Amino acid sequence: MLELRNLVKAYEGKPLLRDITFTVAEGETVCLLGASGSGKSTILKMIAGLDFPESGHILFNGIDLAQTPPHLRDFGLVFQDYGLFPHLNVFDNVAFGLKIRNLPTDKIQQRVAALLEQVNLTGFEKRKVTDLSGGEQQRIALARALAPQPRLLMFDEPLGALDRALKEDLLNELRGILHKTNIPAIYVTHDQEEAFAIADRILVLHEGVIIRDGTPDELWRDPQSAVVAKFLGVGNVIGGEVIAENEVKTEFGTFSLTCKHKHGIGKKVSVLLNAKENGGDEIQLTVEDVLFKRDQFEVKGRGGLIIHMKDAPKVGEVITVRVQVQCLA
Amino acid sequence: MRRKKILRAFASPWVSRSLLWILTLLFLLSFFFYPLAKILNLTFNFSTLANLENLLVAYHSLLFTFYQATLSTILTFILGIPSAILFSRFNFRGKSILRALTAVPFMLPTVVVAAAFNALIGQRGLFFPLSSFLSTTFHFPLSTDFILHPSPFILILTAHVFYNTTIIIRIVGNALSRLDPKLEQSARVLGADSFQAWRRIILPLLRPSLLAAALLVFMFDFTSFGVILLLGGSQFATLEVEIYIRALKLPNLNLAALLSVIQLAFTLIFSVLYTRIISQVNTQTAPRFSAAKPAKTIKEKIFVVSLCLLLSAFFLLPLLSLPIRSVTRLEADRGQREEIQYGFTTDYYEELFINRRGSLFYVPPIQAAANSLEYAGVTVLLSLALGYPAAYALAKPTRLEKFLDPFIMLPLGASAVMLGLGFILSFGRALASPFFVPIAHSLIALPFVIRTLQPALASIPERLRQAAATLGASPFRVWQTVDFPILSRATLSAATFAFTVSLGEFGATLLITRPEYPTIPIAIQRFLSQPGGLNYGQAMAMATVLMVLTTLAILIIEKLRLSDSGEF
Repeated sequence: MLELRNLVKAYEGKPLLRDITFTVAEGETVCLLGASGSGKSTILKMIAGLDFPESGHILFNGIDLAQTPPHLRDFGLVFQDYGLFPHLNVFDNVAFGLKIRNLPTDKIQQRVAALLEQVNLTGFEKRKVTDLSGGEQQRIALARALAPQPRLLMFDEPLGALDRALKEDLLNELRGILHKTNIPAIYVTHDQEEAFAIADRILVLHEGVIIRDGTPDELWRDPQSAVVAKFLGVGNVIGGEVIAENEVKTEFGTFSLTCKHKHGIGKKVSVLLNAKENGGDEIQLTVEDVLFKRDQFEVKGRGGLIIHMKDAPKVGEVITVRVQVQCLA
Repeated sequence: MRRKKILRAFASPWVSRSLLWILTLLFLLSFFFYPLAKILNLTFNFSTLANLENLLVAYHSLLFTFYQATLSTILTFILGIPSAILFSRFNFRGKSILRALTAVPFMLPTVVVAAAFNALIGQRGLFFPLSSFLSTTFHFPLSTDFILHPSPFILILTAHVFYNTTIIIRIVGNALSRLDPKLEQSARVLGADSFQAWRRIILPLLRPSLLAAALLVFMFDFTSFGVILLLGGSQFATLEVEIYIRALKLPNLNLAALLSVIQLAFTLIFSVLYTRIISQVNTQTAPRFSAAKPAKTIKEKIFVVSLCLLLSAFFLLPLLSLPIRSVTRLEADRGQREEIQYGFTTDYYEELFINRRGSLFYVPPIQAAANSLEYAGVTVLLSLALGYPAAYALAKPTRLEKFLDPFIMLPLGASAVMLGLGFILSFGRALASPFFVPIAHSLIALPFVIRTLQPALASIPERLRQAAATLGASPFRVWQTVDFPILSRATLSAATFAFTVSLGEFGATLLITRPEYPTIPIAIQRFLSQPGGLNYGQAMAMATVLMVLTTLAILIIEKLRLSDSGEF
């Protein structure tokens, strides 16, 4: 449905997006994950027609959108700080896109009522948007974006300003609505937990290019690069040196591992080190700190290594841990 | 024993606080409220109000004042709104210079602005030969005449636009740049084209700022005096001009008093409305967004370039033509009516230093500059001496001070001509003393001085003083390191303000000064009202001197204000 081809964009003379290519299929929720300032929002603005790439193409159903102004694209966009119209009440905000399309009044009223029900805010029609809580405002913003039945929905860090509990509730609601309406969606965030919670597919944006594209499960199991592993918080990313074929030396010991990269001897590499119940290698670790984390303990060891354990060791104790090591190149 | 008692009385906050006020209040009572009472007394008596002719004159001048102010405001918006969009939405080279240029007229004395427009497109202006050349050679009189040799009324309206465009750029432009760009973007994505987004989202959100700007511009046009008198003459009888005429030319003090009460009433209504609206503007000004971008599309580029050119021409040409005209011989100065001579001349400046028999003055005209500087100096001292204690009291206001505050600001609502009229009614013959001029100027400058000093005094946090003291600073060191750096800038800024106000003051001075003590603005007005190229040239030379002096003062104020943002 939506296709981005080789988008290039500079910001204040510096290259921001170097080569952005991806597609979004029908009914799919794609999450664009990247640090703040990485250009995620700019990608959304270009899709919406509010900003323009220096080169590259944006296509929808195979049609290039370069000549289509934003108001004729039929896309929905939800901002982090909602972008609700402060001089209009809840009803007029949600109805805005419908009134612009000159729908009959009774149709508009029905649709707005249905949408408010969908976001659990039935009866809020006459309220001032400035009197609503953050979560309520974001629901109204969602209802407003859904109202004209857009061909694509875009979310720019929509839950960034909300607290954790509310975030989880809204994420669940949002996932339900997106599945039900089957509208393709692009969800931009810098929070990997949000990304894992909502996405069918995650794209990791780093230094102007998409360095990883896969399902949450694929990314978690095989991050493939140090940047992705660090960004997702998958495990311990440590440096090492290849000393023989399939043999890497690190400050925690020498490990043997198979790797498809076929590194030469002497090459510096990054490896991912995770605790494992059975198999793998054994290392000795001096415990420096122990933190209680819900159903397990986070053990911080020498060299900053972090291991999760069921039973808490004592600080200063030397423990034996089984670990699995993966090459990240 | 007794001394102790007195000392204790002084230490009691109420007494020491009222001591702060007493001088300022006495000054206002004798030079503002007493004259005001005289005016009110003269207005509300039978012979004034029962005189049908009085009421008719008042009605007509009120009507004309509204008419010209409405027209001026509309024209100001026609230039101001695109300019506000230009400065809030676009970045381009020289933006800050152009923006500063549009703000210059607002701070210039009315006589300078009037003289500048005269120098450009007046009867003896630089463009006059060009327009007569065009009309005689090409027989194309109508269109060129309209621009190059406009009627006095158009000249007045243009000068008002020149003056007040900066208000719209500031108020509406700031509101526009504070508007969250996501609102417009949301509207666009929801299906509104850019016209609909403006009509349904941006304009409704700008409404308070638009109203506030309109009201302020209208208020300035409503009370405009110097520009109208100098560019139009007394046939353009606005309330202000009519007060002047009835006070001096065709004396009818009852009518003058009635007119100034009408004027004051309207000014007060406008001020109250403005205060209400501007408070709504302030509630919307939460975060600041950088919506300004370089022009991208061809349409945007054409808009930016053409508006920049128009604004530079509109604001630069009058300001440049004044000094140019002051050194240009443009016509037959001595009787040769037919041939127009061009050329460089310093005659006009030299003539300022000569005391000619039968000239307008009993002294060399340059004496006016000396008088002006002297008055300005006294005004600075007087307004600072009166303003400091009041500002100090207002910095941490008690209930008494909150009650008194509007009374201190009231002179702002009275027009300068009205102050002059009040002086005439109250002090009559005593006005022969030149000391009344700086008193009137101080009355006008005092609200500004207090409003400049008060926030500076209030901004010195007690904690800073305490911190300095606990670090071992003596009281003097505390004052030197904490109070002085903040206060010295505010004081210098207030002093410069008072200086410029006095230097450019026209309305009140015109009514109360004696012919032998002219100030620069009065001299300019007298030169302009006389025939002859030499008189005209001297007016230009005088106005140039005043412009240079004021510009220097403005530069000083701007330098001092760089760090803190200025609001109206």
